[in-house]
Amino acid sequence: MEFWTFFAARPLMWLIVTITTFIATSWLNRRLGGTPLLHPVLVSLFLIIVFLLLTGTSYETYFEGAQFIHFLLGPATVALAVPLFDHFERVKKLLLPLMLACMAGAVTAAVSALLVAQALDASLGTLLSIAPKSVTSAIAIGVAEKLGGYPSLASGLVLITGALGCMLAPPIYRILNITDEAVKGFTLGVSAHGMGTAFAFEYGLMAGAFGGLAMGMTGAFTAFMLPLLVSLLGIG
Amino acid sequence: MLIGFLILLLFQFAGELIVVVSGLPVPGPVVGMVLLLAGLIAKGDVPDYLRIPSEALLKHLALLFVPAGVGLMTHLGLLQQDWLAILAALIISTALTIVVTALILNPSARKLQALSQSEPGEGDC
Repeated sequence: MEFWTFFAARPLMWLIVTITTFIATSWLNRRLGGTPLLHPVLVSLFLIIVFLLLTGTSYETYFEGAQFIHFLLGPATVALAVPLFDHFERVKKLLLPLMLACMAGAVTAAVSALLVAQALDASLGTLLSIAPKSVTSAIAIGVAEKLGGYPSLASGLVLITGALGCMLAPPIYRILNITDEAVKGFTLGVSAHGMGTAFAFEYGLMAGAFGGLAMGMTGAFTAFMLPLLVSLLGIG
Repeated sequence: MLIGFLILLLFQFAGELIVVVSGLPVPGPVVGMVLLLAGLIAKGDVPDYLRIPSEALLKHLALLFVPAGVGLMTHLGLLQQDWLAILAALIISTALTIVVTALILNPSARKLQALSQSEPGEGDC
């Protein structure tokens, strides 16, 4: 028990727990064929939360160690400019339809989520955390914070949205008769961010590339659009 | 590697500075990303010393979401109270987003196809 008290108070311990859990759940996910339902982040969150609750550890104690990983989200968000630039160079001739699709998709995602949640009496904190659910967690966490929502709730909802997008897209493509790889990939990137992009690679490299482009564009656009939208809808 | 990482941090810092000075309700790193993208477009290519640390960070992007996500444990009450609204909102809005995006982009499908075939190089995220 003294051993435990010693280590539980050390930031190092929670850094090790976070990385170990993530490596294990990534391995497990690969063994299970990469299903978005058991995404390594979702499973890691579940396991670490259960572990913290069982050991009576507070989130603040955990975060003292985990903050060193969390800090890297900032530079990683800036780094999204690199793949965005690579894709941008290749598609700049078709930027207009791509931008239109991205903007329409991003606005649809935020407005419909806000309206449905509001109609079902969700609390204000939930509304402001649900708004950025279609963009990569790197951006959604920052956006939720700026809007006055809960960054951690936002990052959880982003992951669930990602898994939903991967499940809903194939039947919708069948119903709408969407057969083009680039359209499939781009749509997955707009609606389901990085998880959709990873899923798009199963349609082919081109679908994956368009997914990555869509993810970056949607993230950047949403970060600027949401504050306006939230005040237009009179939320917050 | 180190220079590239420093560049990322400096762009993040510039983004955060702009946000503080202008009062824009946008996360600083996102402004940093837009600035870096503009810089890369002006420069015309990505130097290796920037590409290597950027791709190393993005390769493990998913891990970086875990610490914030664990914070869900402080909102279990909120989840219990709002779970139905959350679930309905996520399902309906994700389906609608897919329909709207795919329908708008689909007319350009042939052009997209031609464009990606005419240019070599594989995309990677």
